[in-house]
Amino acid sequence: MKKQPLRLAMLGTIGAVAMTALGVLPAAAQAPAAGGASILDAIKARGTLVCGVNTGLAGFAQPDSQGVWRGFDVEYCRAIAAAIFNDANKVRYVPTTAQSRFTALQSGEIDLLARNTTWTLSRDTSLGLDFTGVNFYDGQGFMVKTSTGVKTAKELEGATICVQPGTTTEQNLTDWARANNVRFTPVVIERLEELVSAYAAGRCDAYTTDVSGLAATRSSQPTPAEHTILPDVISKEPLGPLVRHGDQRFADLLRWTHFALVAAEELGITQANVAQMAANDARPEVQRMLGKNGGLGQMLGVPNEWVVNVLRATGNYGEIFARHLQPIGIQRGPNALWTTPGGQQYAMPFR
Amino acid sequence: MSDIPLNTSVAGVPEAAAPRQPPALTTGPAAWLRANLFSSWLNTAMTLVLAYFIVRYAISFVDWAFVNAIWSVPNNQTAACRALKTSPNPGACWAVITEKHRFILFGTYPYEEHWRPAVVCVLFTALYVVSAMRRFWRWELAVVWAVTLVAIGILMWGGVFGLSYVPQERWGGLPITLILATFGLAFAFPLAILVALGRRSSMPAIRVLCIAYVELIRGVPLISLLFMASVMFPLFLPEGINIDKLLRAQVAVILFAGAYLAEVVRGGLQALPKGQYEAAEALGLSYWQKTGFIILPQALRLVIPPLVNTFIGFFKDTSLVLIIGIFDLLTAGKTAVVEPAWQGFGVEVYIAISVIYFVYCFAMSRYSQNLEAELNRHRVR
Repeated sequence: MKKQPLRLAMLGTIGAVAMTALGVLPAAAQAPAAGGASILDAIKARGTLVCGVNTGLAGFAQPDSQGVWRGFDVEYCRAIAAAIFNDANKVRYVPTTAQSRFTALQSGEIDLLARNTTWTLSRDTSLGLDFTGVNFYDGQGFMVKTSTGVKTAKELEGATICVQPGTTTEQNLTDWARANNVRFTPVVIERLEELVSAYAAGRCDAYTTDVSGLAATRSSQPTPAEHTILPDVISKEPLGPLVRHGDQRFADLLRWTHFALVAAEELGITQANVAQMAANDARPEVQRMLGKNGGLGQMLGVPNEWVVNVLRATGNYGEIFARHLQPIGIQRGPNALWTTPGGQQYAMPFR
Repeated sequence: MSDIPLNTSVAGVPEAAAPRQPPALTTGPAAWLRANLFSSWLNTAMTLVLAYFIVRYAISFVDWAFVNAIWSVPNNQTAACRALKTSPNPGACWAVITEKHRFILFGTYPYEEHWRPAVVCVLFTALYVVSAMRRFWRWELAVVWAVTLVAIGILMWGGVFGLSYVPQERWGGLPITLILATFGLAFAFPLAILVALGRRSSMPAIRVLCIAYVELIRGVPLISLLFMASVMFPLFLPEGINIDKLLRAQVAVILFAGAYLAEVVRGGLQALPKGQYEAAEALGLSYWQKTGFIILPQALRLVIPPLVNTFIGFFKDTSLVLIIGIFDLLTAGKTAVVEPAWQGFGVEVYIAISVIYFVYCFAMSRYSQNLEAELNRHRVR
């Protein structure tokens, strides 16, 4: 008899703990973000754009010494914010890892994902996400020491190759080697820094990852000229920003912001001369793009002078590229305008 | 009986005892050296060889870390540092710490507001120090904790008292590590005591529940719990409802730490002789009186070493949140050397971070030794 109330007391305590735990969770939930209806309206109501970026990738997204996010992908977040709010600083950056990025987007934690993500069929369809374009054409390549005299990847027969595990990089390497009958010994190292120092110390003859990563590594070496990036590209890695299914208008805005950046480069509109071009340039396409006539912005759900706002904040595609990627040794290559040989960046017409 | 004159010597007895040397050095540093380092030719050889290596590497470390080191460079121009790395007399590039220390400590927190996380770190440390002193072990301490934690929340979030609002994803560095560790252990410890008691309960439902909880959590690595919290859990929620990422990670850490601490506490409960339980019951104490006054004080005292061991482990385990994109101290340090100008100076950053971790962990360890000696005085004979 004596024990009964004790048991009840204990049950009560445990129950109270459980209730507190359950009660705390909804209380801590943030205000409902974008629902299925309109992501763009939710962003406007909230007053900031929530942008998922890489936790740290040289040239693409990385916080500087002051903790301010900078990089190629970050400029896309700034461009979208400028298009919507005419203020490129109204962005909250959420660092995402390779594993957490898609969930963050699917669950509505972020509005868009600008995180060097490769556009593949399975990601486009089964994840409930939409790629809105390709802002960077990447591909997997090899880097060797210049002194080895290797000129093409097929000469790597019998070589040891440094590669990160568990990525598509490793899979691509194996596929390529099988297709081309190249035998190699993989040296698999998880951490990028250790991988690079293993390569620099000569533990492997070649180092393979995306060409943009190779270029960044090469430029950080004491003497970059001692390393050569081979011309062979063994995989296609088109990178671009993503949104989740449900608001095509927001996807359109992302797509056309990218086109606006590319078209601006094509038409010679820069951060410096955009105001003057908007006032004086008589070319009909420039007039339509910069909001003089045509009402294109309205069709996207943003102010008509959105392109002016974007360019004033970030500059055109070429300027963004020159600001963030050329300093770390990445050449335009396939990311040049379609008007130059080998270039693939092409904007759809603004009309 | 004949008189023996004092000045005549007796045969066989030495004329005058020659002053003898004291026995060869039985005390003092020289004796210690002899006994411990040079007791045989093998030990002597080993001592000499090891001393050679220790001195040699100590000298080259001092050269690297202090003599040849570069402490600052102008304007991110790291060419001098890179040249130093490949030179015959390599040195550390502490310039990376000079340039990046505020990012490593406070992450992406707004630069002009860095005093706020700095005050938070000081508050946390002061809270640990105050809680560690036995003279403050009164119920008022709970009030001090509540007030300090609220103050920390206000400082980090802002939005009131003229402080600008800082969303959680901009927090980073040392405050994140301290928040995860402090809240994690502060909530996990009471949970652990309840679970440990529940595992020994005579009520089957509670016992099974507690056993299932402990075994389930101990059966998976912390990383997979963090993944569940950050990747899978949001998918179960209705669209549009988002629970703060840090809170999700925090709950995962609490649940994980709770299971481990519960087993530690249970060890203490089991170590108590049955007589203590029976004596307490004979006095007519209720269950909670018995547990609070008789059992737990003795049981917890017994398990101080494994408890602190678990605490220290969890303090460092908080760095695993890097896989879900939270900038704790270690992640901030790793991110600091992503910038191309500073790539390749990871060693310096890791050394700086390990010093910070060491200070906290070593303090915990020393404190637990004192506490143990203090609380177990009655056992020392």
